[in-house]
Amino acid sequence: MFKLRRFLRDYKLQLIVGPLCKLFEAILELFVPLVMAAVIDNGILGNDLGYILGMGGVLVLLGVVGLSSALVCQYMASYTSQGAGTKMRDALFEHIGTLSHRELDELGTPSLITRMTSDINAVQANIAMTMRLLLRAPFLIIGALVMACFIDLKISLIFFGASAVIGVILYLVMSRSLPFYKKVQSLVDRISLLSRENLEGNRVIRAFSKQSAQQEALDREGESLAKTSIRVGRLSALLNPATYVVTYSAIALILYFGGKQVNGGSLLSGDVVALTSYMMQILLAMIVFANLVVLLSRGSASAVRINEVFEVKPSVTELSSTPVIPDKNAPKIEFSDVNFTYGDGDNELENISFTIEKNTFTGIIGTTGSGKSTLLNLILRYYDATSGRVTIDGRDVRDYPFSQLRGNAGVVPQRSVLFSGTIRSNMMWQKPDATDEEIWRALGIAQAKGFVSELPRGLDSPVAQGGTNFSGGQRQRLCIARALVGQPELIILDDSFSALDFATEKALRTELLKMKDTTIIIVTQRCSTIMSADKILVLEDGRLEGVGTHGELFENCSAYREICLSQLKSSEVQK
Amino acid sequence: MKTTLKILRYTRPHSLYFLLAIVCAVISVSLTLYIPVLVGDAIDFMLGKGQVDFRKITDITVKIAISIALIALFQWLMAHCTNVISARTVRDMRSDIFRKLNSVPLSYIDTHPHGDLISRITNDVEAVGDGLTQVITQLFAGIVTIVGTLIFMLSINVKIALVVVVLTPLSILVAAIIGKMCAKSFREQQELQGEISSYVEEIVGNQKTVKAFAFESRSAEEFGRKNKKLFKVGLRAQFAGALANPCTRFVNNMVYAATGIIGAVTVLNAFMGVLTIGQLSCFLTYANQYTKPFNEITGVLTQIQTALAAGGRIFEVLESSNEPSDADKKRLENVKGNIEFRNVRFSYTPDKPLIEDFSLSVRSGQQVAIVGPTGCGKTTLINLIMRFYEVQSGEILIDGVNTRGIRRKDLRRLFGMVLQESWLMHGTIMENLRYGSPDASDEDVIAAAKLAYAHSFIRKMPHGYDTVITEGGTNLSAGQKQLLCIARAMVLDPPMLILDEATSSIDTLTEIRVQKAFRKLMQGRTSFIVAHRLSTIRESDIILVMNKGNIVEQGSHEELLSKKGFYYELYNSQFSSSDG
Repeated sequence: MFKLRRFLRDYKLQLIVGPLCKLFEAILELFVPLVMAAVIDNGILGNDLGYILGMGGVLVLLGVVGLSSALVCQYMASYTSQGAGTKMRDALFEHIGTLSHRELDELGTPSLITRMTSDINAVQANIAMTMRLLLRAPFLIIGALVMACFIDLKISLIFFGASAVIGVILYLVMSRSLPFYKKVQSLVDRISLLSRENLEGNRVIRAFSKQSAQQEALDREGESLAKTSIRVGRLSALLNPATYVVTYSAIALILYFGGKQVNGGSLLSGDVVALTSYMMQILLAMIVFANLVVLLSRGSASAVRINEVFEVKPSVTELSSTPVIPDKNAPKIEFSDVNFTYGDGDNELENISFTIEKNTFTGIIGTTGSGKSTLLNLILRYYDATSGRVTIDGRDVRDYPFSQLRGNAGVVPQRSVLFSGTIRSNMMWQKPDATDEEIWRALGIAQAKGFVSELPRGLDSPVAQGGTNFSGGQRQRLCIARALVGQPELIILDDSFSALDFATEKALRTELLKMKDTTIIIVTQRCSTIMSADKILVLEDGRLEGVGTHGELFENCSAYREICLSQLKSSEVQK
Repeated sequence: MKTTLKILRYTRPHSLYFLLAIVCAVISVSLTLYIPVLVGDAIDFMLGKGQVDFRKITDITVKIAISIALIALFQWLMAHCTNVISARTVRDMRSDIFRKLNSVPLSYIDTHPHGDLISRITNDVEAVGDGLTQVITQLFAGIVTIVGTLIFMLSINVKIALVVVVLTPLSILVAAIIGKMCAKSFREQQELQGEISSYVEEIVGNQKTVKAFAFESRSAEEFGRKNKKLFKVGLRAQFAGALANPCTRFVNNMVYAATGIIGAVTVLNAFMGVLTIGQLSCFLTYANQYTKPFNEITGVLTQIQTALAAGGRIFEVLESSNEPSDADKKRLENVKGNIEFRNVRFSYTPDKPLIEDFSLSVRSGQQVAIVGPTGCGKTTLINLIMRFYEVQSGEILIDGVNTRGIRRKDLRRLFGMVLQESWLMHGTIMENLRYGSPDASDEDVIAAAKLAYAHSFIRKMPHGYDTVITEGGTNLSAGQKQLLCIARAMVLDPPMLILDEATSSIDTLTEIRVQKAFRKLMQGRTSFIVAHRLSTIRESDIILVMNKGNIVEQGSHEELLSKKGFYYELYNSQFSSSDG
C-alpha cells in the first residue's frame, strides 16, 4: 500500500483538509449528547422552556455545520481517490508498454487486465474510504473517552476498560478470520476454474467418460468451501454478540456506579444519559473501524498486485536512445553463435550462425517447435540472445534505440490482429503520417485493394476489436498491408499466409518481391512459399540443419527434402 | 414468487436451522429493544442527590446482565444457523448445476456462452447465498426491530412516537432522491469503465504487436485521453454517491433533535402526556435504533432483488432437460470395429437440412478419411458416431449393434478422440497425458509422447513432464497443445480412433509422422480422420468426399484422382498454384 503512495503526492492539500473536515464533523457529533444532557439538566430540571428551544436550535445548527463539513470531506475524498486512480492507471499502462515479451508471458494478459481495472478500482475505493473513515472512527472513540473523562473521571475508567476489551475482541476475531477469507477466495477461484474447464473440454470429458471424476473434483472443492465458510462464519459471528456484551455490561456498570454518584450528588442524571450515549458511540465506531480494517486488508491485496507489476523490470531495455549509424556494406542481418533459452529448460536455439544480405528474400522453414518464431523474436529484440550476437546493418541490435530498430521493420505476426478504429487508423500503425496513396499501394501489394475499395466507406470503414468484422483471409491481408505501409527496409512475415488460398498467396508474393530496397524474411510451413527464395534456412529442433537455395537443400538436406515431399508431388519439387 | 419458493425448497434439508434462526432473531431483537427501557427505568430511579433507589437499580442491572447474556447467545446462534443454511445451499446448488451441465445434451453447452454459465455457477449462486443470509439477518431482524420499536415507543408515549414515525421516512426519501441523481452518473461511469477495459484488453492483450510497431507511446496517449474522461465522470459519480451517507445522517440527526426537544417540552408541560427523563433517554435511543433498520432494509431490498434474479438464472439451467438415461442399455465387449451408417438423417436446425440419407459401411481396420469444403458436415459425422448429437432418423451400428442401444459411456470409451480445439486441463503435462488412463506408467506415457513427437519440446519446458500447464495453456503453442492431445489419445490405446482436424496446427511433416505412428498403433483398428490438408491423407483406405452433407465421392486417392471429379478439383486447388 505504502509503495503506491507516490500517486498521492499531488493531493497533499486534499489529504489534509478532507480528514480534518471529517474530524470537525465528528467533534460536532460529540457535542450532541452534551447538549441533550444540558437540555435535561438545565432545561427540564430548571423548568426553562426557552433554554430547551434554544438548545434545539443549537442541535439543528450542529447538524447543518456537520453536514457541510462532511460534504467538503466527501468531495476531497472523491477528488483524491479518482485523481490518484487515474494517475495509477496511466502509469501502469505506460509501464506495461515498457515490458518485454518475457515479462508479458510471465505475468499473463488476463492477470494484467484485472490488475489494470478491478485492482486499481479497489485501491481507489480504499483511498476514499480511508480519508472518510479512518480518522473519524478512532477520533469518535477517543473523543467519547475524553468526554467521559470530563463528565466523571472515575466512571470513565469503565470506558477505557470496555474500549480495550472491544479492541482486543476485534483484533482476535479479525486476525483469526482473515486467513479463512483468503482461503474462501482461492476456493471460489478454483471452482470457477473447474467450471470453465468442464465447459470448454466437455466433448473430451464425455469422450473419455470422465464426468464423474469432474463432479467429484467439484464436490470436493464445494464441500471444502462450505466447511470453510461455516467455520469462518462461526468465528466472525462472535464479533457482534461479544462487543454487545461488553458495551452493555459497561452500561450496566455505568448505571450502577453512576447511580451511586447521583446519590452522592456529584453527578446529575442527565450526565448518566450522556455517558450511556457515549458508550453506544464507542460501540458503533469500533464496528465501523473493524469493517474498515477488513476492507483495507482486501484493498492492500490489490495494492500488492499492482505493485508487483510496477516492480517487474523489463529484461530487454533500451541501452541508448541516440540513433545508430548503420554500416552500408555489412549484411542486413547477421547471427553469430547465437544460443537462446526461455527459462531453465534445454536450449531453444543452439549455435545459430547465418547472414542475410541486403535486399534479398530469405525463407525460414522447419517443423512445429523447431524454433522459427524464437529466431524472429531475437531479430527485433523481443528477447535478447542468451549468448552470441545479433547484428542489423553491422551494428549489434542492443545498440539501437527501439524506435529505430522496430520502426524500420514491417512485421506481420502469426495471429492476425487488427485494432478497433478504421482501416486507415490501422494502416497508420507502421507510419503515423502515411498518405492515402501509400496506404493504397500497400493494400495493392497485399491483395487487399479489391475488397477494401468495394467497402462503402473505403479506408474509413470501421474495424471492430480484433478485426472480427473481416474474414480470416481479409484480416490476414490487412495485417500484411499494415506492415508494408511506408515501405520499410526490412519486412518479416511469420507464417502469415495460412488463411490465404494458393492463388492469392502467389499473387501477393509476386507483388511483394517487386518491392525495391527491401529485405524480406518469410517464415512458413509451406515449402511452395519459399521455393524461389535467395536463401532458405532449415531449422530442426533448435539447430540450423541447412542453409542454401531450394535446389541445393533438396539435394543435401534430408530434413528439407522430407518436408517438401510431405507436401508436394515429386514432379513439382523438381521445378 | 416462484423463484423464491424454489430457492426455499433448496433450504428444506436445513429447515431445522431455518426455524431456529427465526426464533433466535425474535428473541434477540425483542430483548435488544427491552434494554433501553431498563436503562431508562434505571435513570428514573436516580433523581438527584440522596434520591437514588439502589435496590431497584441493582435489580435492573441484574436484569440487564441476564438480557445481555441471552441476546449474545441468540445473536450468535442466529448468525451460525444462517451461515450453515447459506453455505450448504450454495454448495448443493453448485453441485447440482455442475452435474446438470454434464448431463444435458452437448448442444446445450455448444449454444450457451461459457462465460455466462460459469458466472451462474460462481456469482449467481453466491448472490443467492448472500440473499438468504441477508433475508434472515437483516430483513427479518429489521422488520422485527421496527415493529418492536414501534410497540415500545407507543407504549411509552404516543405523541412522541408519532413524531419519530413521521420523520424517519424522510431519510429514506432523501436516500431515494440521491439515488436517482447518482444513477445517471453511475451509468456513464460504467460505460466509460467498460470502454477503458476493452481498450486495455485490446492493447495489453496484443502488446507484442504493439511493440512490433513501436506503438507504445501512441497507445499511452490514447489511453490517457480516455482515462481523463473517466476521471471527470468518475469524480461526479463518486461524489454523488458519497452524498447519501452524510445526508441521511443529517436527517437522522434532525429526528434525534426533534425527539429530544419535543420530548423535553413534553416532560416540562405535563399537558402533552406524562414523560419522565428516563423515558426520554429511552426514546432517544429508540429514535436512533428505529432509523437504522430502514436504511438497512432499503440496502437489503436491492440485494434480494439481485438474489432473485440470480436464482432465476440458476433454475433456468437446472430445469433444462437431460440426455435420456441409458443405465439399462447394453455393454459392448470385444469390439472388432465394423461401423455402419444406415440412412442417417441429421440437421442442427430444422430449416437447414444437413445430412440426408447417408449410408456407409466401414470394415474393421480400415482408415477412413473425410474431406470436403468447410461446413460440409465432416465434424457432424463425428458428433453422430460419438453420440454427442443423436441422429434424427436412420441408425449407426457398431459390429451390427445400434449405437443407441449401447450406454453412451461405453460407446465413447471405444474411441480415442483428438479434436481441432486442443483442450487440456489445468495441471501438469503428466496429469494431462494420463487423463484417459490414470493407471498408465510413466514409461508408457513417455513412450506415447515420443510417438506423438511431443517428447522433445516437453523436455525443453522448465520442469519437463511436471511443468504445469497454465490456465488457457498460454505457455504452449497451438501446435504443441495439439501434440499433447494426440499423445493423450495414444496413452489411452483405444480400439478405434477419431482425428477431427486434429493436426491442423501442426506442420505437414510432423502430421505425417504422427499419423504413421497412429497407424502402427492402430494396426487392425478402425480410424476416422477429418482433414483439410489433402497431402496427408493420400494413403487412407477410403476417402469420403463430402459436400453439403452428402458423400459425393468415395474411394482411394488414386481412384478418386482418375475420376477427375470433385476430389480432383479439391486436390488441385491445394496444389496446382505452387510455383518454382
